[in-house]
Amino acid sequence: MKRILFYIFLAAGAVVFLYPFIWMLLASLSPENQIGNLTFLPTSLTLSSYKQMLGKIPITRSFLNSLFVSSAVTAGVLVFGSMVGYALSRLEFKGRDLIFYVIIFTMTLPFQITLIPQYILMVKFGWVDTYWALIVPYLMNALGIILFRQYFKSIPQDLIDAARIDGCGDIRIIFRILWPNSIPSLITVGILTFMTSWNDVLWPLIVIRNDKLMTMPQLVTLFAVGGAAESQLGVKLAAATLLALPIVIAYLFFQKYFIQSMASSGIKE
Amino acid sequence: MNFKNKKIVPYLLVLPYIIYFLMFVAYPVIFSVILTFNKWNIISPMQYAGLTNYIHLIHDEFFLKSLGNTLIFLAIHIPLQIIIALFLAEMLNQKIKFRGFFRAAFFLPVIVSGVVVTILWQQLYGFDTGLLNRVLTAVGIGRIGWLIDPSWAMPSIAIMATWKNVGLYIILFMVGLQTVPQNYYEAADLEGATHWQKFRSITLPMINPTIFMVVVLSTIGGFSLFIEPYIMTGGGPLNSTLSAVLYIYKQGFFYYHMGYSATLGLFFALLILGVVMIQKKFIEKEK
Repeated sequence: MKRILFYIFLAAGAVVFLYPFIWMLLASLSPENQIGNLTFLPTSLTLSSYKQMLGKIPITRSFLNSLFVSSAVTAGVLVFGSMVGYALSRLEFKGRDLIFYVIIFTMTLPFQITLIPQYILMVKFGWVDTYWALIVPYLMNALGIILFRQYFKSIPQDLIDAARIDGCGDIRIIFRILWPNSIPSLITVGILTFMTSWNDVLWPLIVIRNDKLMTMPQLVTLFAVGGAAESQLGVKLAAATLLALPIVIAYLFFQKYFIQSMASSGIKE
Repeated sequence: MNFKNKKIVPYLLVLPYIIYFLMFVAYPVIFSVILTFNKWNIISPMQYAGLTNYIHLIHDEFFLKSLGNTLIFLAIHIPLQIIIALFLAEMLNQKIKFRGFFRAAFFLPVIVSGVVVTILWQQLYGFDTGLLNRVLTAVGIGRIGWLIDPSWAMPSIAIMATWKNVGLYIILFMVGLQTVPQNYYEAADLEGATHWQKFRSITLPMINPTIFMVVVLSTIGGFSLFIEPYIMTGGGPLNSTLSAVLYIYKQGFFYYHMGYSATLGLFFALLILGVVMIQKKFIEKEK
């Protein structure tokens, strides 16, 4: 009996977390005038909300923008992160500890303090309304470096020594020897960076005003807030559903990696 | 490779980071402090303003309002999050079937964009036809003005944020709970300890580091709240959901008060660091 109650409770929990998403999907496929009554099963299905939404905002373009920006940012964090992580964990040089402490310090720095001056920097560079503004300030991050540093420390020295004897330079050691042996940490840092970049809205809202360059969450946000949706629920929910889709699909396939990556961002030290 | 080269290589590897650090961290921090002593709308030249921004800050009712709103958010969000996450983590750590499914389900809102969650909950919270009010009316409780009643608006956002984030904390607590040695419980069982006693004197002290982490991450989250009020309420009704970052954003990019906006940013950043340090002291003492 206790067992059954236990499962009923967990199932109720799952409904609380899953049902709103199912409702969103069903509502986005319902005729506008029926969303207000939709509880479980829609009476009829239509794509009209999607068709209207596609006619109002360049959502495909914004999807490609987001894909490009997040991929570029992720590539940068992986390449630079492993270069710095390698130097900090495997090489001896003056100032190494200082750099490490600086990196730790930047991790504790709240973004509220740099928001305004970073925007001014973008204005001075002439990067407002360019991809540069979305990519360059995120090409490196402290967490990526620290995770790579930690992971590279655990790789046996023999492997590196052998490569050196074969005449490998440091760059080749990083990308030819360490990378193939660090797939889990590449995935962790990759997912974490990609998701953070993909989901960011505040920064794009500040530096991008041209709707051809907008990221997907930014475009959907402005669509939901501004007048373009004309207070129709269906089109907003259709936009939100499309925005959720890529990440949810990726999550269905790589669920375990997503959970591990996000958990490691919390654990940090 | 000769010896001389070897000495330069480490510096070449960290050079991109040093440039990045100077440009996007050090310079902005220093410039933000300079900005706090100036008035600037970006277009005309910067004007030295002495302590005007700081004096304005102390008397700014909107600033106090945003601070108060953040505290309301945290007062609801943190306890709710810890209780729910601990409870569900404890359940998922039992020997159960479909653990993977439940874990994945609780985690789903964590990976979905805050924009999606906010647009969705704006509909769920709708006054006339929102799903929640329809359910509440059906069971006889009646409608709640989730987003239109000033005393409900911030708690509503706190509930939504808990729903969105709790999955992550469930995972962190699951890991934390697994570090508690089983023989502690067995020893307590021999002495006839109750469930509550075991929880209070074994589990709680052992998962203290996890609790600290959850409190810190939630606090930072509360002070970073932006997209939720931006989409749902625009900071209203009656500024009851004006958050710290939303106010910085409004001052900076709506009124173009760069100096004052930077002052707000600096102040909130110091506040976050201060609060986190106090929390650290407090939770370590509990140990």
